Parts: sequence; structure tokens; C-alpha cells
Amino acid sequence: MPSSPGRARSRMQAIVSHTKLNDAAGALKAPPTPGQALQSFAENRRSFWIILSLAVLFAAWEIAGLVPISFAFPKFSETVLAFVEMVADGTMIYAYFLTLQPLVLGVLISAVVGIGLGIAMGLSNKIEWLLAPVFIVLQAAPMAALVPLVTFIYGIGLTAKTLAVVMLALPVIVLNSYKAVRHVNPSLVDMCRSFQGTRKQQIFKIIIPDASPVLFAGLRLGIAAGFIGVMLAELLITPTGIGDLITYHRSVANYGHMYASVASIIAVSTLTLAGLQYFETNVLRPEKRRK
Amino acid sequence: MANAALSRTQGQLAVTCEDAIVQVRDIGKNYGDVEALRGINLEFQRGKLTTLLGPSGCGKTTLLKIIAGLVPASSGEICVNDKVVTGPGPERAFVFQDFALMPWATVMRNVGFGLELRGVPAIERNRVARRYIEQVGLAGFEEKYPHELSGGMRQRVGIARAFAVNADVLLLDEPFSAVDEQNRRKFQEDLLRLVDLEKKTFIFVTHSIEEAVYVSDRIVLLSPRPGRISQVIDPMIDRTASPDDIRRDAGYLNTVEEIWQGLRQYAE
Repeated sequence: MPSSPGRARSRMQAIVSHTKLNDAAGALKAPPTPGQALQSFAENRRSFWIILSLAVLFAAWEIAGLVPISFAFPKFSETVLAFVEMVADGTMIYAYFLTLQPLVLGVLISAVVGIGLGIAMGLSNKIEWLLAPVFIVLQAAPMAALVPLVTFIYGIGLTAKTLAVVMLALPVIVLNSYKAVRHVNPSLVDMCRSFQGTRKQQIFKIIIPDASPVLFAGLRLGIAAGFIGVMLAELLITPTGIGDLITYHRSVANYGHMYASVASIIAVSTLTLAGLQYFETNVLRPEKRRK
Repeated sequence: MANAALSRTQGQLAVTCEDAIVQVRDIGKNYGDVEALRGINLEFQRGKLTTLLGPSGCGKTTLLKIIAGLVPASSGEICVNDKVVTGPGPERAFVFQDFALMPWATVMRNVGFGLELRGVPAIERNRVARRYIEQVGLAGFEEKYPHELSGGMRQRVGIARAFAVNADVLLLDEPFSAVDEQNRRKFQEDLLRLVDLEKKTFIFVTHSIEEAVYVSDRIVLLSPRPGRISQVIDPMIDRTASPDDIRRDAGYLNTVEEIWQGLRQYAE
């Protein structure tokens, strides 16, 4: 590779701030053997451990598939190939197009209504007494048992599936939002009152920001429940989307494809929740970044 | 030691003074069956620092919060500048024992928060906030968040916030109790400097006898269960002396001892 001014400059930067920099800088410094580079990467980067954790999981999966522990259990590599094939022929993409509609719709409704109701319950005892029993019952109820009822009333369309998502996500979000407001630091509320803040200022400048970590924890739990809801709907109500892919490939004993569908929805769910956490710490609570 | 203006009304001590800015009239407070305060009659002189001192459970913080309008009294009334008040008002500002800083806001926004609530434009309130941040010795920390500051620095933010709204009366609820001893002394000295500089009325709650004697123009001792006024002491310390000389002064030490003798019956 020809040496260029750009490369020389980046090497200088690497030397200046090598203590803080990651593997890329380590690789540019003169002596590192691959072993050393890996070592410094492992010490400095959280991502190393995430990759290691996934590698162990996938290796165990591959071995379990090689044994095999069951004729219906594919190897990891088979599953990846099936996934690539399904993305390439468009079936996976179309399935997500169908699955994400009730999911996104249901989660949005649950988030807006749930946070709104939860905050109202946190702010007013009367609203709490009125609504808390309903949501406590709903949270305790085994929702999968209610899904057939939904089909009875709303048929097998988008409404029924969205409702399944809302039924699972809403109670979690409501109860967490309510708890979040009740656990706001009372001293901060007193502070706002002592400076003659109006009730509206108290809610928007103190209560909601102070409650936001727990609000977001509730939202994350609610979205996770929403994924359960949409899967239940697709497995129990209408076989469409990812639920249909799982059911179909199971019925034709196409286990690689079936596992690829299952793994993909888990991955989408995980990435969504991680994305939400990232949004929270980086956009809403800037002080957490500096910890 | 000067004798304070004391009188007895219906068996309770009453404290009066000239040019009172805050008047506490016959205040009582019950929490259910528990009587926290009984028959408090107390006046606070304009431009002076008055301390409410007493053992824990004597209701001193409750009384301060009643004056602030944060806690409703069960009986009696509070007058500020000769007007009866029932809630918080712009002529009073409160400094909290646990600082009560918004963790998601910078020092600048925390200090300017009282003005923000009043709708003061950002440029104006940042200008005022910057001035008070400098005055409490936190210049350069404007863009830090509370968790990046030490306990002592956090309380300086709380004090700057109270100063920024330009209230006549500052109510300080054990402001230094969460601060370590070294910082506490420095704080007391800084407080005296600010009292001198700002010409405001301070009502200060503490359980530290030394702190009370060191900073106060007048000390009101409260006795517990139910909280009543038990004694009034004007320390008459010469504040022109250096802090170390004051702490070695015989008058200072005698006053501390006298208060301790008055309070020891309540300790265990």
C-alpha cells in the first residue's frame, strides 16, 4: 500500500490519543501482532464481549445441530443460508411488511394511550382508583386465552391483530407509567412549587422528565409484549407474515427456514429495544452519556 | 449577650422585633394525632439571619416549610411584608436540604430555573444565572450536570438558584447537613459573605449549635414534642474578626455552651 499524507496523519492521531482509541488505532501502530491487537480490543471495547457472547451461542447451536439433538433442529449455518435465501427471494421482506403493520400500529396506540393514562393515574388519585383495577386485571390475565375472543368479535383482519398487540402492550405501559409518576422525587416537586411553578410547568418540566427513565423502561417492556402479541395473533388468528412463515415451514418440515424466521423476529425485537435505549440515553437524558 | 424581646402569651413564649419582614402568628401543626408545632409566635427582622435550632423532631423544618408555603399550617397564619400568605410567593426562596437539583439539567439551567418558571427569556435568565454562579464560586461549571459536582458544589447551585429570583427572604433548610465538615466551614464563611453582600433576610434551620452561633444574628431554640419556642439568644459575635478568631472567641464558646446546656435535657 503506498504511503500517503492521509495515512501519516491518522498515524499521528493514533499516537497522540492511543490510550483512548480502539482497535483501529492499535492496528496502525507499528508492532501489534494479531494477538496483541485482539487483546487491546478485548480490554477496551464492549463490543468484543458482545461478539464473543454471540459467537459462543452460535457455536453451541452449530454443534447441537451437528449432533443433532433432534431431527427437527437445524445447524446454525443451515439457518443462516435459509435466511439469506428467504431475503433474496423476497418472502422474508414481504412477511415483515405484513407483520410490522399491526405491530407498529399497536405499539404506537399503546405507547400514546398507555403513557397518557399512566401519567393521569399517577397525577390523580381518582383516576388511579378508576383505572388501576382494570389494568391490574388485564396484566394478570393470560392474554393468549383472550385472543380467540378477539377473533370472534373482530374477525381475522388487521384490527384483530392490532388489538392483540394492544392487549399485551397497553397494561404494562400503563402500570409502569403510573409507577414512574408516583416515584418522582417529591423534593423536586416542592422545589418547583416553591418557585411558584404552575401545575402545568410542574408536570412538563419536573414530573415527566424525572419519570422518563421508568416511563422508558415501561415502554421497552410494552414493546417486548407487543412482539408477543403480534406473534400470538399470527399463530392463532390469521396465518400471515412471520407467523405464517414459521407455521408453513414447520408443516413442510423445512426446519432451516422455520428457525431462520424465528431467529429473525427475535433479532428484530432485540434491535428495536436496544435502539429505544440508545434513543433514551442519547436524546432524552443527555447527562447519562457523561457517566 | 443581649436580651431578646420576649413576652408570654397564654403560657407560650412569643418573639417580637422591630421592622419584622416575616411574622409567624400562633402557628400550630398536627400530623394526625401527632402535634408537631404548638402556638408559635415569632417575628423575623428584616436584613438579619435568624436560625431555628433544636433537636430532631422539634418541628424546625416543618416550621420553615410552613413559612415557605410548602406545608399548610393546622392553625394560625404567616405574614410576609404585612400580607397574609397561604402558599409559596416570589418574596421567598427556598434552599433544600437534599439540594433538589434537576439531574437532567445543567448548572446554568438549574440556577435559572426559578426565572424560567416565571417566563423570563433565556438570554436574560442566563445572564442572571451566570452572575450568581460566579458569586457562589462555581464559574466555569455552567455546563456541568449535577452528578459531575461534589455535594458542596451542588448546594452552591441550590443557593445560587435561590438568589437568582431576587427574593427578600431566603429560607435555608439544613443546607449544609449533606456536606462534609471541611466544606461546611468554608460554606459558613461564604454564607456570611453573601449575607453581607446581598442584604437579604435569612431564615436558617440547623441542628448544629456551632453553626448556629457562628452564622446567626438571632437563634430561636425549639423544644420537641410538640415543637415550641424554648429560648431566644442573640449571639452578638463580632463578625469583623477572622473566622478562626471567632471560633476561638470566649463569647462564641460560651454561647455554644449555654445552648448546649439548654438542649442537653432533650438528648437521650
